[in-house]
Amino acid sequence: MPSGVPVIRTEGLCKSFAGQPAVNGVSFGVEAAEVFVILGGSGCGKTTLLRMLAGFETPDAGAIYLDGVDITHMPPYERPVNMMFQSYALFPHMSVADNVAYGLRKEGVPRAELRARIKEMLELVQLSGFDARKPDQLSGGQRQRVALARALVKRPRVLLLDEPLAALDKKLREQTQFELMNLQDRLGTSFVVVTHDQEEAMTLASRIAVMDKGRFLQVASPQEIYEYPCSRFVAEFVGTANIFGGHVSGVSDQVVSLTADSIASPLLGALHSGVAAGDQAWLAVRPEKIQLGKEAPEAQAGRCVLTGVVQDLAYYGGRSVYRVRLDGGHTVLVSAQNRLRSPTRKLEWDESVYLFWEAQAGVVLTQ
Amino acid sequence: MNSLRRSAALAGFRLVIAGIPILWLGLFFLAPFLLVFRTSFADPVIAQPPFTPLFDAAGGIHATLDNYTLLLNDSLFLSSYLGSVRIAAISTLLCLIAGYPMAYAIARSPQPWRTLLLLLVILPFWSSFLLRIYAWMGLLGTHGVINSLLLDLGLIQRPLALMYNDAAVYLGIVYTYLPFMVLPLYAVLEKHEIALREAALDLGARPLRVFTDITLPLSMPGVVAGSMLVFIPAIGEFVIPALLGGLDTRMIGRALFDEFFINRDWPLAAAVATVLLLVIVLPLMVFQRGQARAHP
Repeated sequence: MPSGVPVIRTEGLCKSFAGQPAVNGVSFGVEAAEVFVILGGSGCGKTTLLRMLAGFETPDAGAIYLDGVDITHMPPYERPVNMMFQSYALFPHMSVADNVAYGLRKEGVPRAELRARIKEMLELVQLSGFDARKPDQLSGGQRQRVALARALVKRPRVLLLDEPLAALDKKLREQTQFELMNLQDRLGTSFVVVTHDQEEAMTLASRIAVMDKGRFLQVASPQEIYEYPCSRFVAEFVGTANIFGGHVSGVSDQVVSLTADSIASPLLGALHSGVAAGDQAWLAVRPEKIQLGKEAPEAQAGRCVLTGVVQDLAYYGGRSVYRVRLDGGHTVLVSAQNRLRSPTRKLEWDESVYLFWEAQAGVVLTQ
Repeated sequence: MNSLRRSAALAGFRLVIAGIPILWLGLFFLAPFLLVFRTSFADPVIAQPPFTPLFDAAGGIHATLDNYTLLLNDSLFLSSYLGSVRIAAISTLLCLIAGYPMAYAIARSPQPWRTLLLLLVILPFWSSFLLRIYAWMGLLGTHGVINSLLLDLGLIQRPLALMYNDAAVYLGIVYTYLPFMVLPLYAVLEKHEIALREAALDLGARPLRVFTDITLPLSMPGVVAGSMLVFIPAIGEFVIPALLGGLDTRMIGRALFDEFFINRDWPLAAAVATVLLLVIVLPLMVFQRGQARAHP
C-alpha cells in the first residue's frame, strides 16, 4: 500500500490563538491510499491541524505540500482537498443530489458527466433513490453518507474527516467503520482522520499519530502504538494500561527488572529503549496480558508473579475485568476471556489471587 | 386518576396560555376593526357620533355601500393607495439594502460585541419617535443644520430643498423602521452554522458564491419577516409623510387622517381603512404565514 511518496506533507506547522499555541511544530507525511488518523483529546490541537490542511486556518509558521506543491496559503476553494465535517454541514435547503452535485457544479463539470458521477457516488454510499430527499428527511447514518459522498465526488487527492463517526450511535458506528474502510480501499484516496475515539482510530488507521498539547507524541501503526507505546501518556490514552513507577534495578538479556515502592518482588518488562540500572522508569502492562489464578504459577525465568486480593469484578459477557489490590496497596486491572460457560473455579470478591505476566508483555518507559 | 387530573390541569393551563393572546387580539384588534367595519357602511351625519347607527329606530338595518363606491370612483384615493404601496415598497427595499449588511456584520462580529451592536440598533427607540422626526426636520429644513453648513462652507449658493418631498419621506421611513429589518435578519443570520459556509468554500465556491448559494437563501425567512415588519406599518404611515413629505406626497394614511379629522367623514375614513386592511395587509399576512410554515 504505502508507496513511500507522501501525497500531503507538512513541515513544522504552528498555530496559536491569542498567544496560546494550538499546534506546535507538527511535521508528517501521508502516503497514497493511506489512512492517517490523528488521535487526541479535546483541545489537543487536532482540529486546528485539520483546518489548516483544509485551508480554513493559516499557519503561523511551517508549510503544507500537496504532491510537492506548496499550498500553505492556497484558499480552501482552490485546494484539491475536501473535508467531511463533524456536523456533516449538509446544505439544508438543497436535496441530496444537489448537495452532492454542489462541488462538481463549482468546477463546471458538464451536465451529463455530473449526472453520471452523482449516480455513481450515491450508489457507492448506498443512497440510490434518495436523490430528491432533503437532509432533514434523512437518518443520522444517511446524512453521514451524503456528507461523505459530497466530499468524495470531487475526487480529492486527500479527504479530511473530522470525527467522522462521532455523531452516530454505537451499533451504527461499527457498521459504518467497515463501510468507510471498504470505500477507502476501493477508491484509494488518502484519508486524514481526526478523532478522540481510540477504538475508532485503531480500526480505521494504517498509521496513528497520538497528539497532545499541539505536538505529535508518537506516529506508528495501531499495533505498534498499542504494544510499544513511547510514553505513559500514549500507553494510557490508547487502551488501558497498568503503570508502575520505580527504578531500574537490573538489565539482563533483554529483560529489565524494576523496583517499585511497596512492591516486594521486582517487576519485569522487556527492554525497548535504552535504560541503565538506577534510572527512573515506568513499567506498563496491558490488563489482558496479565494472567490470574488461585494457585501459584510455576516459577519461570522472565515471569513476574505478584499476589493480591480481588477487590472488584465486572462481567462484560465475553470477558471479565478484575480489579486486584496488590499486597503493597497498588490496584491492578486484569482482563480475562471467559472461555468456559460455567467455570468450576470462578474468582469471587475478596479472594486471594496470584497474578503474573511474562517479561515481554511489559513495556519499560522512560517518560 | 392522578395523571388524569394532571392532564386536565395541563389542558386548563394551555387554555389560559392560548387564551390570553386570543383575548387580547379580540379585544384590541378584532373588536375595534368590527367597529370600523360597521362604520364604513354608515352615512355621515352632523351629530355625535358623526354617523348613522346600524340599526334604525324601527329595528331595520341601515347599511350603505356609498362610501365604497365613492372611494373607488375617486382617483385621489386610488393614487393614495398606489402611492402608499410604492413608497412602502421602495422604503422596504432601501431598509433591506441598508439592513442586510448591518445584520450580517453584527452576526459575524465576536460574541461580546454583538450585544453592544444590537443595543445600538435599538437605541433610537429609547427616545420619542415624534421627537426624532422633528430632529430630522431640524436637520433637513431650509434653514436647517445641513443647509446652513453647506452654505457656510460655500458649497451651495441657495438652500437645497431637502424636505417636503418623497426623498425625505423615504429617509424618515428607513430611519424609523430599519431596526425592524435588522433584528429578524440578525436572528436568522446568527443561527447559521459556520460549517455550512466552510463546506461551500471547501467544495470550491468562492466567497461571493458562498453568499449567494448558502447565506442568502438560508436567510430568506428573515428577509421576508423583516420586509413585512417594515412594509406593513410603512404602508399606513401618517406622521412621516405629514411632517417630512410634500403636498404631492400621497399616502393613504394622510387621506385617512384628512377624511377623519378635517372632513369629519367617519364612514368614508372607515371604508378607506377597511379597504387598506382587506386588500393590502391581509394578503401579505396570509403570505407570511405560508412562508413561516414553509421555513419553520
